[in-house]
Amino acid sequence: MNLRSQTAIAGLGITKQGKVYDYNHVGFAVEAVRLALADAGLRREDLDGLLLNPGLSWGEAAMGSFQLQQAMGLRDLRLSSVMNAGGASAAAMIQHAAQAIAAGVCTTVACVFSDAPLKPPATKAEKKDGGGSAGAYGFARGLDAAYGQFGVNALYALVAQRHMHLYGTTNDHLGAIAVAQRQWANKNPQAQFYDTPMTIEDYRRSRWVVEPFHLFDCCLVSNGGLAVIVTAAERARDLKKPPVYIRGMGQGHPGGDPGETLASGAVLAKATAFTMAGIALSDIDVVELYDCYTFTVLVCLEDYGFCKKGEGGPFVADGKIAPGGSLPVNTGGGQLSSFYMWGMTPVSEAVIQLRGDGGARQVPGAGVALVSGNGGILSTHSTLVLAGAP
Amino acid sequence: MAEYGKPVPAITPEMRPFFAAAKRHQLVVQRCCGCGTHRFPARELCSNCWSREAEWVAVSGTGEIFSFNVMHQVYHPGFAAEVPYAVVAVKLKEGAKMTSSLVGVKPHDIRIGMPVRVVFEDLTDEVTLPKFAPA
Ligand SMILES: [Zn+2]
Repeated sequence: MNLRSQTAIAGLGITKQGKVYDYNHVGFAVEAVRLALADAGLRREDLDGLLLNPGLSWGEAAMGSFQLQQAMGLRDLRLSSVMNAGGASAAAMIQHAAQAIAAGVCTTVACVFSDAPLKPPATKAEKKDGGGSAGAYGFARGLDAAYGQFGVNALYALVAQRHMHLYGTTNDHLGAIAVAQRQWANKNPQAQFYDTPMTIEDYRRSRWVVEPFHLFDCCLVSNGGLAVIVTAAERARDLKKPPVYIRGMGQGHPGGDPGETLASGAVLAKATAFTMAGIALSDIDVVELYDCYTFTVLVCLEDYGFCKKGEGGPFVADGKIAPGGSLPVNTGGGQLSSFYMWGMTPVSEAVIQLRGDGGARQVPGAGVALVSGNGGILSTHSTLVLAGAP
Repeated sequence: MAEYGKPVPAITPEMRPFFAAAKRHQLVVQRCCGCGTHRFPARELCSNCWSREAEWVAVSGTGEIFSFNVMHQVYHPGFAAEVPYAVVAVKLKEGAKMTSSLVGVKPHDIRIGMPVRVVFEDLTDEVTLPKFAPA
């Protein structure tokens, strides 16, 4: 059964993002669903499916989707689950929802992500203990900690360093991605770096976090929630907002050692998604890639075939992914300059672009969007092809 | 022995042979009895052939820098005086990879492909940590 455009995203809810402390992780999730339902013109009684990708603040809590259901007072769901493939979860949740709806298992699914790892500004005494995002994302196990290797930044840095060694990729190549995305964020009022320009000089001067990554190579840890409502395409056409059709979907989980392959699961995920969608790379108008790091964008541009393996550096260096360039990438500023809601950030920007709601950053004639998610250390990958027409 | 301020790895049951050997200044890794693959750290079964049988074997202790990073952020106070410091991934001649430190080389002089050999640092009475030095 080809699921091409049988389902659609009918509602989008984005809470306040970044250093905001209005809610804890559960509250942000409820608020995101409330906004998404209102956006679609639906009531909570219309929901019969709930999928949750829990951010770090949810901890190891099993049954987070039940916790969220209780918090929202939802009754008689026909689909409920936690999904966690790291940053690949968002597109994977939407795929799961679309498949369930197409199979007649349920009709209307809220796909939710929320997190609140940032604490309100610390007192002087608290500051001495460190904390902040370094605390939340700085975990390490046994031997890694003994050698001083903490957090995901350090692990991605090892892969990036090999890419640089083998292919001649430079920090200025990574910087070109950071600067391009900042230029997009400057046009996005919801972005944390709205109206805050950055030059390549600013990038070079920004502090090192872990070489080869500067501060501006790393995503913005954020508090907030983001939800989309998925329903049958036919039903979506009667709702408040124009449907964003789910034309193609796929996943790719490469296994093995990413340091050896220097590749994501995009090759495999793309093959499944593009075949379902019946499109080629040249049909893509906007590209929304999972950008936990500038480096992830570079690797995925290679793996989707926008350029050859190893040529990502020169490919991005000429500004073609920046506003006004030939290949608009991460048009809301992405997770590097807008907000970090794991894979939901690229999903949300695709919906905004395909609805034509991008304002100053709107890509003219955006009809087909490529959306990707990536989790672990290039360990999991998901692809969506979203479109304004079936 | 002076107070050691950095994280000391716990000697878990599955890693006990590794720490026992390190204390004798010998480097050992697991070798699969099914297919001969060397692996590190300890795992219950082989991801290559799914055999559960493995033995700890002494390895040459030589290899090369597979990759490295340079940590600038302080995640643990024990490393505060050392930032920026490098963490290296070493690929042993036998194929297994290890996270480690490269002693005697400034972070920015480290190159991927550099030949290295194991050295040992006694942390506490119980724990000795293998590190690497230029070969
Ligand atoms: Zn084996």
